[in-house]
Amino acid sequence: MNWAVITPLIVFLIIIFAVGLWSNKSVLTTNSFLEEYFLGERQMGGFILAMTMVATYGSASSFIGGPGVAYNQGLGWVLLAMAQLATGYFVLMVLGKKFAIIARQYKAITLIDFLKERYHSKAVVIISAGSIIIFLFSSMTAQWIGGARLVESLTGMPYTTALLIFAFSVLVFVIVGGFRAVALTDTIQGVVMFMGTLILLIATIKAGGGVSKIISDLAAENPNLISPFGAGRTLTPSYVSSFWILVGVGVVGLPQITVRAMSYKNSKAMHNAIIIGTIVVGFIMLGMHLIGVFARPVLPGVKVGDTVMPLLSMKVLPPVVAGIVLAAPMAAIMSTVDALLILVSSALVKDIYLNYIKPNAGDQQVKKVSFSVTAITGILVILLALSPPDLIIWLNLFSFGGLESVFIWPVIFGLYWNKGNKNGAITSMILGMGSYILLDRFYPNAFGLHTVVIPIVLSFAGFIVASLVMPQKEAVKELKV
Amino acid sequence: MKKQNHPLDKRFEIAHREALIGVILVIFNFIWWYGFAYGLGSKKVEDYTYVLGLPAWFFYSCIAGFVLMVIIVIFTVKYLFKDVPFEEEGGGSK
Repeated sequence: MNWAVITPLIVFLIIIFAVGLWSNKSVLTTNSFLEEYFLGERQMGGFILAMTMVATYGSASSFIGGPGVAYNQGLGWVLLAMAQLATGYFVLMVLGKKFAIIARQYKAITLIDFLKERYHSKAVVIISAGSIIIFLFSSMTAQWIGGARLVESLTGMPYTTALLIFAFSVLVFVIVGGFRAVALTDTIQGVVMFMGTLILLIATIKAGGGVSKIISDLAAENPNLISPFGAGRTLTPSYVSSFWILVGVGVVGLPQITVRAMSYKNSKAMHNAIIIGTIVVGFIMLGMHLIGVFARPVLPGVKVGDTVMPLLSMKVLPPVVAGIVLAAPMAAIMSTVDALLILVSSALVKDIYLNYIKPNAGDQQVKKVSFSVTAITGILVILLALSPPDLIIWLNLFSFGGLESVFIWPVIFGLYWNKGNKNGAITSMILGMGSYILLDRFYPNAFGLHTVVIPIVLSFAGFIVASLVMPQKEAVKELKV
Repeated sequence: MKKQNHPLDKRFEIAHREALIGVILVIFNFIWWYGFAYGLGSKKVEDYTYVLGLPAWFFYSCIAGFVLMVIIVIFTVKYLFKDVPFEEEGGGSK
């Protein structure tokens, strides 16, 4: 074991732990438990809001998978990754104040609360809760596996031990601290991600002999590496552009992001978060993918893309610093997993248990159920991650685009189109999810676009047609005062 | 319960305007990104020009595009976005 690398990682874990336990104070003393545990009492300031959005969004793929692909594809993949810059401002601007105001009027704590109040439909609630639980459960498992693999490769521990250490540390702070702990640890993790990117970028440029030298080395190896078309000229403009939908504007439909858009204190917090979020998300995405490309001349011949980032850190940095930088992907994975865990738990407790199983449960009981549902979900995920069934891997492939296809139009039209109704929402959710899964299986990347594009177009059309053809009598209760 | 509807409508007006600004920004961002990337990058690699060591298409599309968007976002938020209260009157926030 390489203690110089591991020590900073351990220190990092201890800090995360401490924050989780500290947040537990707020959970125990609050007088509105649900709002505190699942939404941090809507008290997030601008910096925390920006960081929790960035950290939740930035996952294993931003730090491990993405740089690996960039290593093989060259600058064309960095170009593609920059579509994510839009998430920094677009989500908060578009959901923005309207969502914050309406969520407060509805007293909504989860995205599903909002949809339930807006559409008054049991079917909408069931479909949403179902898709959140199934898809996020799977992607949580996948992230968990990624985290364990990372710990395994850094420390040389066996996979099972690595998984248990990783999972245990996340579970403890999420269970006891709830959303507040998740958001606060996300903030620390976001800072670690930012610093890690900065340090590694500078060290890589230095190790490669400066930017010009690196670029001419790349061009000498294969000129396409510095073109926007990818190493094999396979990245067409339309394919790359369609990522603006998958990882740019479509992010508005991801429940784990959306729920953050109702957690902030006031409009000043939102304004600051837009600015900070744009800077941080842009820098991390640009920096990490650029690092992947620049790694090529510095560290030629890496076979498995996912190992580029860990190997590079060990090569160009002194061990202790490498440990700090490698805390960044760990932070990215933890901050994604914790957000998913609290969201799945809120779907189970708030949307299923309190809606349909025990609507008048007392405070103490809700508390007990919330803690145990979060714990049981976490433990189930660990068991699945120990020997992941194929179904989970399969479902995880859909989770990003699938959730976007389900939620984007019910959320957008729910906010901005008064004629939109439950028929539109149900049609659009089923159409979005169904067409996404079918297309992915049988006709991926139709017309040279990413698979997500057509389902989003279809669910858009479905929403409008169904809302207009089957209008509802009752006027939309936009303001129930 | 004084003038219940009017202030609420006004808040939504602001919200709608700001959402529209978000859409305009993202369209602008996309055009800038696409225009420079494929406008300058479609040439033969031998004919590329370079800025700060990076191919010009990449520099303008990704680096300058990023910096420009940050500046525009800061400007937009500071000068075009308005503070509005989120709570109903009598709500907790100051």
